[in-house]
Amino acid sequence: MTPSLLYAFAGAALCGIGLFGFILISHLLRKLLAFNLMGSGAFLVLVGLAQHRSGPDPVPQALVLTGIVVAIAATALAVVLIRRYYHLSGKTSLEGPAQDTPPDQARGARHE
Amino acid sequence: MNRVLRTSLVASACLAFVAGLAFVIREISATATPVDLPARLAENLGRSGVENPVTAVLLNFRSYDTLLEIGVLVIAGIAGISVARTSSLEDPELRTSDELLYALQRWLIPLMLLLAGYLLWAGSDRPGGAFQAGAVLAASGILMRLGGIPMDFLRPGLMLRLGLSLGFAVFLLVAVASALHGGEFLAYPPELAKTLIVVIETVLTLSIAMVLLALFVSAPVNDAEEPEEGGSG
Repeated sequence: MTPSLLYAFAGAALCGIGLFGFILISHLLRKLLAFNLMGSGAFLVLVGLAQHRSGPDPVPQALVLTGIVVAIAATALAVVLIRRYYHLSGKTSLEGPAQDTPPDQARGARHE
Repeated sequence: MNRVLRTSLVASACLAFVAGLAFVIREISATATPVDLPARLAENLGRSGVENPVTAVLLNFRSYDTLLEIGVLVIAGIAGISVARTSSLEDPELRTSDELLYALQRWLIPLMLLLAGYLLWAGSDRPGGAFQAGAVLAASGILMRLGGIPMDFLRPGLMLRLGLSLGFAVFLLVAVASALHGGEFLAYPPELAKTLIVVIETVLTLSIAMVLLALFVSAPVNDAEEPEEGGSG
């Protein structure tokens, strides 16, 4: 049990916390944060697991660096989409309009 | 009651997921790896043209990943711009201005630009490189935006298109040129490796900063009346 392995286990725990939030929370921005937490957990597992035997391993580090940049871009795109969705529908979660919105509001949202 | 049941169900499922993941990590950590990647990398580092192993992996040994990554970034940037509410990303109405921030910027922006240049150059022999430099450059662009400095290059036009696609275009050009020259796709000639890597890193820095800045700007900041747009605020 080396400290590096501890990083990998912490990454697994982060994945679990992120999954919990991703399933339960309905607010889209928080869902996005939870999803990012899962991603960070995966990065931590990748780096921690690779370096527990023979010190820092540049190959997974480079892959994680690539992953971080893609994750940032995807997160930013998701925020743009969520804001657009909010502008069009006035809602912050993805519940279907048939269940919880009065018909006139649903029509207004669709009209936009 | 239903809610409590649902929460505990999800919590136990997540705990089971974490337990499975931890078990797998323990199993993997106990088995020896068939190839010693750090040693092989150290053997071949001399051929890569740079001294920093992470940069060597990113831009020489696994440059295919980096090429696809900047492709993903360009697509994300274009998608972000195309769903933006306004036709121009550089609308004076959307520009916030903060006098305190503006005064602070005159000290911060030159330093941040210097730091971005240093990080870009440092990438060849110590931690640093295109992504870190691009992030710093994008952050200084966001600061400039928040402080109310006009940024004309964000208007739809040649500068925006060039800035977004420059990194991907130059990278692809180098890859195709090396393939046409008789080598393999993305295999640089060894004597030119260092020059090519520095050129690619420079254009990557510009493009990454541009994509991040465009994505930030395409989510408008001041829109007090906009939730009424959908009619159900």
